[in-house]
Amino acid sequence: MIRQSKKLTRHIDRSERAFTFILTLSGGFIVLLLLGVLGTLFINAIPAIREFGVFFFIARTWNAASETFGALPFLVGTLATSFLALLISIPFSIAISLLLGEYYKNGVVSGFLRSAVEVLAGIPSVIYGLWGLFLLMPGVRFIEMQIGVAPQGVGILTSSLILAIMIIPFSASIGREVITLVPGDLKEAAYSLGATRFEVIRNIVIPYARSGIIAGILLALGRAIGETMAVTMLIGNSNFLPTSIFSPANTMASVIANEFAEATGVTSASLIYVALVLFFVTIIVNIAGAYVIQKLSIESSREVT
Amino acid sequence: MVNNIKARLVRDVFFKSAICLFAFISLLPLFLILYYITKNGIAVINWDFLTSLPRPIGETGGGVFNAIVGTLILIVLSSVLSIPCGIAAGIYLAENKTGRLSNSIRLSVIVLQGTPSIVIGIIAYLWIVGPLKSFSALSGGIALAIMMLPVIVKTTEETLKLVPYHLKEASLALGVPYYRTLLKVVLPSGMSGILTGILLSVARITGETAPLLFTAFGNQFMNINIFKPIDSLPYRIFYYAMSPYPEWHSFAWGASFVLVVLTLSLNLIARGISAKWKIQF
Repeated sequence: MIRQSKKLTRHIDRSERAFTFILTLSGGFIVLLLLGVLGTLFINAIPAIREFGVFFFIARTWNAASETFGALPFLVGTLATSFLALLISIPFSIAISLLLGEYYKNGVVSGFLRSAVEVLAGIPSVIYGLWGLFLLMPGVRFIEMQIGVAPQGVGILTSSLILAIMIIPFSASIGREVITLVPGDLKEAAYSLGATRFEVIRNIVIPYARSGIIAGILLALGRAIGETMAVTMLIGNSNFLPTSIFSPANTMASVIANEFAEATGVTSASLIYVALVLFFVTIIVNIAGAYVIQKLSIESSREVT
Repeated sequence: MVNNIKARLVRDVFFKSAICLFAFISLLPLFLILYYITKNGIAVINWDFLTSLPRPIGETGGGVFNAIVGTLILIVLSSVLSIPCGIAAGIYLAENKTGRLSNSIRLSVIVLQGTPSIVIGIIAYLWIVGPLKSFSALSGGIALAIMMLPVIVKTTEETLKLVPYHLKEASLALGVPYYRTLLKVVLPSGMSGILTGILLSVARITGETAPLLFTAFGNQFMNINIFKPIDSLPYRIFYYAMSPYPEWHSFAWGASFVLVVLTLSLNLIARGISAKWKIQF
């Protein structure tokens, strides 16, 4: 009897250890995966880093024939499209988050609006690109003809518009969450002093939720910077420095999508260099956003307890 | 004084209507997209479109059967690769709330989740396509698995954190070993949440094109060999949309309709599961 139970304990011990080992292994695997991604990008970009160094970011020629590569046009393209998209989307996403977080917390209106935003977030980016190609592009071309610029239809403005539509759900859902976190007693105190709803929103809700709204905007920015397909289809793929918001350009993601499959040697290494930079930019933006959100949730849980 | 109050009230009403107007305008694109997909998609979709292979330009007819099969194969591949590891890592995080490894895993999950899909495509290319010297369904599956992994880890962790501690204590008090408690008590009670997470991540990768551009690549013939290039719905849409032929454009709309129905129903099922079997204690 005793021997049997000893055997059983040993058996359990062994399974126990194996189980913890598997868990730790899977966890460690994720960290290794990330390090592997970083390492692979870095090692494969070395030829380009050695060749162009830091000047990669200020050189403005990207020419595969003469093997001179500078990423400035793509940096400018990425920054221009994502910030323009952010500018366009901010009023809309704040409007939606106020409507869902303050005016209609639950009920038919909010249920409808919330599922609509979810559907908007669930549509694949290639479909946004397809739609933009057949509806947005003629629209922009029409505007360009009216104001007398070369009517190409594709370019920075078109891509920014589609990006703005794509990132609204992200900043709106985070904005809604932080706006619902605003303590009721603060708002009630303002109401009891005779404030109108607009004044409560302007003086209580927005200042209180400001950092959360900014976190949502940061995460949306991260998505806009890394977005590939819709932008590739609408930006016009020109490797020259863009001159206006109507001119065709390329972002870091879209130049990789366009050229990587046929690239060899230094061209391929330069594209991987671009990918490395893109990776770092999104990491910084995302970690900043996640940090703000985490800090917020700690603060709000402290207030409850 | 009265005037002042009136002005404030007017401003209040004005603000509310402005908010409603902006929210309404931002929903317009959604309706336009859905309208265009349905209008142009329904026009080309029939039995033949769903069950035949693409034909060269000039021949009428043809369909996206190989793309549908390819997308399903890619989904199965990436799920098989990512779900076990993702759930195990999620359990680890839920069980070890602090510690150096947990913090590193959490940071890695955040970073991986924000990684642009095109970068993951390059990684899969360098890891699999380069050494094997051929585009393959396997490399596409691995790229998509890397995209699924962080979502699964995160939802597993969040769900398991919600499972009340007394369930675990009761099981441990009965003398059940720790690992059996986790596998037979904690994990089953969090199953609906984990399942929701898996479905949401599948819905997310179903529409991904960028990681497939230089991994699974696309193939106009039927293929079920995972070491050969394989077609997928998003890739087919991209290919058709960028082509100069109006007939292929209409095919792109048809394929989009199929893809949207697929991803939206995955989302709906996920939401249904989380609503129906919401953890109740």
